[in-house]
Amino acid sequence: MTKYELRIIKSKVISVILTFITIVSTFPFLLVLYFIMKNGISVINWEFLTSLPKPVGEPGGGILNAIIGTAILVTIALILSVPFGILAGIYLAERSETKIAFISRLVSEILQGVPSIVIGIIAYLWVVKPIGYFSALSGGVALGIIMLPLVIKSTEEILKLIPHELKEASLALGVPYYKTILKVMIPAGLSGILTGVLTGIARIAGETAPLLFTAFGNPFLSFNILKPISALPLLIFTYAISPYENWWAKAWGASCILVFFVLSLNIITRLISTRR
Amino acid sequence: MKISNLFVLIFAVSIFLLNSPFAASQDKELLGAGATFPYVLYSKMFDAYYKETGVKVNYQSIGSGGGIRQLKEKTVDFGASDAFLSDAQLKEFDAQVLHIPIALGAVVITYNLPGNPELKLTPDVIADIFLGKIKKWNDPRITSLNPELKLPNMNITVVHRSDGSGTTFVFVDYLSKVSKEWETKVGRGTSVAWPVGLGGKGNEGVTGLVKQTPGSIGYVELIYAKQNKLPVALVKNKSGKFIKPDLSSITIAGAVNVPEDTRISITDTDAPDGYPISSYTWILVYKEQNYKNRSLERAKQLVKLLWWMIHDGQKYNEPLDYAKLPDNVVKLGEKIIKSITYNGKPVYKEVGIK
Amino acid sequence: MANQSTKKLELSKDSLFNLLLVVSAVLLVMLGVGFFLSLFQASLISLKEFGLSFFVKAEWDPVQERFGALPFIYGTLLTSFIALAISLPFSIAISIVLGEYFQKGFFAEVLRYLTELIAGVPSVVLGFWGLFFLVPIIRELEMKFDLPPYGVGIFTASLILAFMILPYSASIGKDAMRLVPNELKEAAYALGTTRWEMIKKIMLPYARSGIIAGIILSLGRALGETMAVTMVIGNYHGIPENIFSPGNTIASVIANEFTEATGEVYLSSLMYLGLTLFIVTTVVNIIGRFVLKKLQSQR
Repeated sequence: MTKYELRIIKSKVISVILTFITIVSTFPFLLVLYFIMKNGISVINWEFLTSLPKPVGEPGGGILNAIIGTAILVTIALILSVPFGILAGIYLAERSETKIAFISRLVSEILQGVPSIVIGIIAYLWVVKPIGYFSALSGGVALGIIMLPLVIKSTEEILKLIPHELKEASLALGVPYYKTILKVMIPAGLSGILTGVLTGIARIAGETAPLLFTAFGNPFLSFNILKPISALPLLIFTYAISPYENWWAKAWGASCILVFFVLSLNIITRLISTRR
Repeated sequence: MKISNLFVLIFAVSIFLLNSPFAASQDKELLGAGATFPYVLYSKMFDAYYKETGVKVNYQSIGSGGGIRQLKEKTVDFGASDAFLSDAQLKEFDAQVLHIPIALGAVVITYNLPGNPELKLTPDVIADIFLGKIKKWNDPRITSLNPELKLPNMNITVVHRSDGSGTTFVFVDYLSKVSKEWETKVGRGTSVAWPVGLGGKGNEGVTGLVKQTPGSIGYVELIYAKQNKLPVALVKNKSGKFIKPDLSSITIAGAVNVPEDTRISITDTDAPDGYPISSYTWILVYKEQNYKNRSLERAKQLVKLLWWMIHDGQKYNEPLDYAKLPDNVVKLGEKIIKSITYNGKPVYKEVGIK
Repeated sequence: MANQSTKKLELSKDSLFNLLLVVSAVLLVMLGVGFFLSLFQASLISLKEFGLSFFVKAEWDPVQERFGALPFIYGTLLTSFIALAISLPFSIAISIVLGEYFQKGFFAEVLRYLTELIAGVPSVVLGFWGLFFLVPIIRELEMKFDLPPYGVGIFTASLILAFMILPYSASIGKDAMRLVPNELKEAAYALGTTRWEMIKKIMLPYARSGIIAGIILSLGRALGETMAVTMVIGNYHGIPENIFSPGNTIASVIANEFTEATGEVYLSSLMYLGLTLFIVTTVVNIIGRFVLKKLQSQR
């Protein structure tokens, strides 16, 4: 019997070790969070949020240009990817067996795995070059392409989960097909689509690589989508690798805002999807 | 929310954004990109210019290589570079490009050593450090130049630029002049194949790396070392003097006969009190401004800005440790700015410049 | 009559809607094909100039216009695989703990959030943190071992990558563990195994393909990760001598040099790098998803 007890003890010890390793694996995240809070929160004040950057090396100034920039870029990305993504998602759910569906599903999955820097190159080739200028639009296109697969996938999956009876009942009542989809199915699956969209926003709000050669940055406030524009992650990057301590502080503040925004989106998304 | 309404809303918003009044103020904005070498100065100048005139000049310090490339692709109104374009490079452009000098600066050798001592270095030692042949700070070749200092037995970490850079060009142009081995092995360019070391993005990135890496050595524009309280080395010039890079030694190096198009390298100067790694920094524009549907208004704004930069703007140079343009170079600059045309007609007349 | 015409209108709206659906699906396919064609066309100059020797030459010399991607390919593979090696034990531990020990309850929820939320931290912020927290620590270490105190380098980049990919492999692994049928577990217990023996002999083999899919998909992530890596890898163009040396990955070279590449061959070579990255990550992802699909159909 002692041998069996030994095996039990071994099993218990291993479970403790594994749990310990799991807890350790959360340390980097907690450390990052701690670091950002410690360095970032003290920086954030009214001036930081509402004024523009000062010339290099001078104290003061804020990051308003980047906050507005990120908001505009995300809006453009949403306009481009949400309608397109929902339509493609409907197609994939409704005609899931066709050849086109098979190929576009594959493309959507491939797109999801393409590194964002490559998408940046594409946006440069497709938008910056033809227009001839770096612009908010090109940045928005890059972010929209990154977001697209997430919208498509969530739409397709939620529509497939909705009971067939619902659709059939609607059609049987003589409601035309498009109305059935748009007014019955989509509203029924709204929470799922919303999850996809929110996940998408959380993902693109922090994207930097594709903005390096599309949105390009702008120290002034800009609302023009055909002009270069600043963005929070872009500003964090430039400030982080600079030698100026007050820029580092600004970058911590900006990181704090960005991380807080992205994480709360993540948590909201999880809450929506678990309630479903 | 009804989904169809959502679509209508989205459509309306996008139409609005495309035609919005925001899009109207186009010509009150200029976009420039390039050198990080004069970035500190330009960001000050453009901030002041915005306050004076309300014209926004968006300058992105992506490196001189970037400035040249983006001007070639016509994605910017002006490029900025501290490496002037070679004849071969000028041929790659499909239209004539002008160089307008804005300031003089120095590429300084900065380092991170305990106690921040003031080093003296000779050209051959600098070349061999950046070639990776001198590996330790207490190498006899360094200690013999600095007998009064006690240098540590530390590895030398070379820091250079990772992006295409005019600062790099000035530095390797100097090294090519003083070291045959450098010229044949590495050569001149805005980006070169570095034999050793870490890469930092921009003058900012190199300064950041030097500041954080013990035992490192890098090359940056003077102001970056100053603002960050990093030490700078005295460099032995052609006349055999060890020269500290500062306003006067840069100005002396810049006081030479400048050709009409202002393309001149002033590294390895003959002047006995001149700092040997000094350089002009230029703004690059197309001579004929009517390209790619640009408006006359834009051309006018650009000419006004350039004129301001070589005159009123010059007062910002010295507080930031860039030397002012000598008078003869300002005259040349005026002449070059006056040669800018729109549809073949000089632009300067239309903005009230005499 | 009126009824008839509205019906017709509805029918035509229906076909319009159907058309819209097909168009968007086709557009999506064109998007994917366009990606490849655009990249291919942009890298044509470099492709013609260097061909496949691009991948075996270790030279990246913008002055002479000679380009070879070997150091970057090497750097990309090295950082990705070191990151995988570091994250693997953690990912398996998390899969077991969340897939078996704590499947429900408050503690399980908190742990799940904490292990997964790091994936939500933007890459540039992680890079920034790495620069100011990890780099000094690594530098201290290097000084102790009498290595050049770069701080930045292959190892630092791999460490950050490991944090970034962990949530992906862990969450897929966890799902795979939860799919193990209860009957199998109970059968094992009935034969007198301990919990650990059951996990080792029953669950891990059963969930193997899920764990492998997780690893492959996180590899795909690691290969293309840009910002955090660019900030801490040191941007050295040669082949790194050891894992503490500075290096470069394909993605970091593109991020650093894309806007400033002068000369057509140079720019085209960067595009060629982008094309390479696109193809490699696509292949890795397709394999990963294939394995995952097999797992799902196994059910």
